[in-house]
Amino acid sequence: MAADAVKAGAILFVAALVQVTVLNRLVILGGGPDLLLLALVGVSLLRGSVFGAAGGFCAGLVVDTADLGTLGLTSLVLTVAGYWIGRYGETTGRDRVHAPFVSVAVVTVLASFGELLLHFMIGDHVSARLVLLDALFPSILLNLALTAPVYALCRRLLRPPELAELATEVRLLG
Amino acid sequence: MGVLVLLSIALLTVYFRESAGGPLHRTQGVGAAILRPFEVGTERIARPFRDTYGYFHGLAVARSQNGRLRAEAEHYRQLYIQNATAAHDNVQLRRLLNYEQGPSFPADYQPVNTRVLAGPPSQFEQQIVVAAGSKQGIHRYDPVVTPGGLVGDVTKVFSNVARVTLLTDDQSAVGAMNLRGASGLVRHGASPTGGTLILDQVTKDQVVYRGDRVLTQGSLAGGLPSIYPRGIPIGTVTHVGQSDVGLYKDIQVSPFVDFSSLESVIVLVPKVRSAQLP
Repeated sequence: MAADAVKAGAILFVAALVQVTVLNRLVILGGGPDLLLLALVGVSLLRGSVFGAAGGFCAGLVVDTADLGTLGLTSLVLTVAGYWIGRYGETTGRDRVHAPFVSVAVVTVLASFGELLLHFMIGDHVSARLVLLDALFPSILLNLALTAPVYALCRRLLRPPELAELATEVRLLG
Repeated sequence: MGVLVLLSIALLTVYFRESAGGPLHRTQGVGAAILRPFEVGTERIARPFRDTYGYFHGLAVARSQNGRLRAEAEHYRQLYIQNATAAHDNVQLRRLLNYEQGPSFPADYQPVNTRVLAGPPSQFEQQIVVAAGSKQGIHRYDPVVTPGGLVGDVTKVFSNVARVTLLTDDQSAVGAMNLRGASGLVRHGASPTGGTLILDQVTKDQVVYRGDRVLTQGSLAGGLPSIYPRGIPIGTVTHVGQSDVGLYKDIQVSPFVDFSSLESVIVLVPKVRSAQLP
């Protein structure tokens, strides 16, 4: 458990640093990849909602501190995102091949909406057209393109839980 | 999860409400100082990859750029000869008139060259973090440029890092002019990622043509001194139009600075600081 926490923390810390220093400057077709979100999806799917929420909160703090943004804003979005992906990771749906891809697509949309709403609430000038039309679809595509390698790396570092550990998991029908 | 959400909301609320010198802001400054070596390290690791990308990207556009730049060089060679004579006359006439003027760019500013540590965090915030702060003499509202032109101004300062709000941010606006005497306000256009700016509040009687250079005006605006000295290049006018019902001309400006690939910037620290802005 402690070793997993250290590994997950290291993955998210590195992802947050790369995101802030390198990927935030990258604009492709109006959008940009979100490595931190992808790493959070990997950790949450493999380790569940508690890891997801705690990891999202801490990674959000690192991002808000590194880019001198509004403290707590990214934490709030990533905490909720990590928790809900983690809940999905606690179902049998996690083992499906498309699980990380579906999670990434859904969480990219929800995180964009969440950030838009929070920025709007704290009085920032936000352009919904820019976020939801111009940047969202390229960002989803870029995130989906990176999902497989990032998830594979997370899976390699955080081994999938044993069968005995899944005794309380929720069975997803359909 | 509930606890973490509440904690995030509490952080957000306190941070938003407290002053720039509040405990959370100070804690963030300490955190930023701790993270700085990691950011510098990551940036150094990523640099070869970025340089490789830049090299191949540069090769791809080199041919078209070459022809355009040759034509521009010829044009500017002719302009230089005319301007050198005019500048010489200007200095002589100012001396004869004992003409007093405000801080001029770049003579009255000390440049602080610094690396960009973090790019814009999202589409909402066109802000970057640079690896220099109050220890290097940087204050809030100091102008930030590149050799190409104006980048923005410093909006948050800690000991070793500072945040720069780019010209493409919604909150930015700069008093600007062209060399025909038309003046207005440069602010972000429709697409910050596309880098297009607009020159707003230019009345229909003023003369602006496509291709005009736009510079900072450096004059008083709304009772406050402009934070930008006169004469910093901003961009080139790419479109001029006007409608029957609009009060002002519709002018688009293409910035000289490529905001998507800022790697290092120059913070202009005034050699003599005048009145403190609020």
